[in-house]
Amino acid sequence: MATTSISERTTVDREHGLFLLREMLRIRRFEEKAAEMYSLQKIHGFLHLYIGEEATGVGTMQAFRPEDAIVATYREHGHALARGLPSTVLMAEMFGKATGCSHGHGGSMHFFDVSRRFYGGYAIVGGGLPIAVGLALADKLQNKQRVTACYFGDGAVAEGEFHESLNLAALWKLPVLFLCENNLYAMGTALVRHQAQTDIALKAASYGLASQAVDGMDVLAVEAAAKQAADAVRNGNGPVLLELRTYRFRAHSMSDPDLYRSKEEIEEWKKRDPISLFESRLREWRLLTEVDGTRLEREVAAEIDEAVRFAEASPFEPVEELLKDVSGPLKC
Amino acid sequence: MLTQMTYREAVRAALRQALRSDPRVFLMGEDVGRYGGAFAVSHGLLAEFGPERIRDTPLSESVFVGAGIGAALGGARPIVEIMTVNFSMLAMDQILNNAATLRHMSGGQFNVPLVVRVATGGGRQMAAQHSHSLEGWYAHIPGIQVLTPATVADAYGMLLAALREPDPVFIFEHATLYPLEGEVDETAEPVEIRRAAVRRSGSDVTLVTYGGTLGKTMQAADLLAQDGIEADVIDLRTLRPLDRSTILDSISKTHRAVLVDEAWRTGSFAAEISAQIMENAFDDLDAPVARVCSAEVPMPYAKHLETAALPKVEEIVSAAQELISRHG
Repeated sequence: MATTSISERTTVDREHGLFLLREMLRIRRFEEKAAEMYSLQKIHGFLHLYIGEEATGVGTMQAFRPEDAIVATYREHGHALARGLPSTVLMAEMFGKATGCSHGHGGSMHFFDVSRRFYGGYAIVGGGLPIAVGLALADKLQNKQRVTACYFGDGAVAEGEFHESLNLAALWKLPVLFLCENNLYAMGTALVRHQAQTDIALKAASYGLASQAVDGMDVLAVEAAAKQAADAVRNGNGPVLLELRTYRFRAHSMSDPDLYRSKEEIEEWKKRDPISLFESRLREWRLLTEVDGTRLEREVAAEIDEAVRFAEASPFEPVEELLKDVSGPLKC
Repeated sequence: MLTQMTYREAVRAALRQALRSDPRVFLMGEDVGRYGGAFAVSHGLLAEFGPERIRDTPLSESVFVGAGIGAALGGARPIVEIMTVNFSMLAMDQILNNAATLRHMSGGQFNVPLVVRVATGGGRQMAAQHSHSLEGWYAHIPGIQVLTPATVADAYGMLLAALREPDPVFIFEHATLYPLEGEVDETAEPVEIRRAAVRRSGSDVTLVTYGGTLGKTMQAADLLAQDGIEADVIDLRTLRPLDRSTILDSISKTHRAVLVDEAWRTGSFAAEISAQIMENAFDDLDAPVARVCSAEVPMPYAKHLETAALPKVEEIVSAAQELISRHG
């Protein structure tokens, strides 16, 4: 299946172009700061960085409306930021603070936000897919014309839940948009070393889903494909899968020595860094000036500094409340 | 008004009642529609409520349980049927990692009002992949509730009560109970699910059980009575949250306890009750707590072997007699 690259024939207006660039930069700088905070032991547990994959999260998120639902993975900082969760509450969550988006119960891997229909980061690979199918089923049963966006990686393709979920969503024509961020590695195992058929879009097609592979380093290509796919899903045409071909520049997590791939391979992919790629395109189109670039960086840096300040200043949840969210009143 | 019906019909009546009274309720699972349910529980519901609300699923336990969780998050009130407890292992990821964790992990932002019905237990010569009693495993998990209706009235009332709960409820229906006859009051108020029931009163020994072994335990109590031993029979009804006070109240009166549990003895729910009695009523006991459980073997097919593996009425009787004769 051919990878679609739309940028060659797509332009963007200046305002939206700068917005997309800012969104990707916010994620990049947030992640770099998170890594720094991890080494300073402000953040603990697992920390999975999204650096290199910003175009997939930012591009796809432009296709969704406030009433749509988002289901993400343990590498979900980018999705949360692009969905509009404030960087302050995300940083606070990783600091384990009560002001965090999950009150410090989830940490880096489990961001939630009911007000933005952000249904969480799921850290069992493939575990979010059945949830997304169910959210879409509820919409169908209640005649709500909404989309459930379900993010996962290439590693999830090896899980039974991927196959069960695609089949059921297609069988019942459920409004799910499956978004496979294929970064070529399931933790340390390359796609070619864990899949006999490495064309993920083709696998989806075999379950009767409309599917397409997209250049995941090209934010405009991703945005265009996601909007088209989300429209189809919203109009009741059944689920769609987009395979977003991307690459993770950093190790799987902070504890990964990254021994399973070559430096050359990483450097080769960095030539297609989604941020610099888009910056040069905007410059080429004369939509981005030197002044814009400096201003964006300054504003983003201020936001991230504020996130750290907020997280530092926030209180921890009192230990007396340890058991409060195990069971309780009706919310949904 | 009391109506005579079977356990199977009582579950069906509760399902029908729920589907009629709440448009958000739907049922899904393997063969619940056209087939009418592997145990014929949902027979006739497809014709009455249609395929949108009575949904046959593929043999994909993980996704249809997970989809139940998602649908509950999305505002529906799903009832998921899992054909046997052994099959529920295929959905354990969704149950343990998602259903039970979402409220906590989201800092209390979400809850999962999901009801899962699971057939459980042995005694039907279904061998080692359809016959086990794993309710105790489920009762280990904070964040879910575990119900084990043992009577026809509870089969009806506990299902309706479960649908009013904000958090996931697992209802274990012992498959030998489906033909059991009893009375149901379909006009009664929803039942309390957080209290155990004293099914028979006596002051000599406490017999604690739940689900499929209530019948055997009641028979044992009858035999003991012929011997002049009066037993308090406690039907736990709900394993999590456990109604400990009913157990402790009984023991403060009888000073002896026999726990009857169809699960394997090692790590059984009976072991948990035993520990709680020891922690809370040590000074009330005149004798060590006794357990009658299944033999430590995968369930055999041949009838005589299966019978030998499961708890028996005589074992309950002799366990109680021994507590009284040796520690009287």
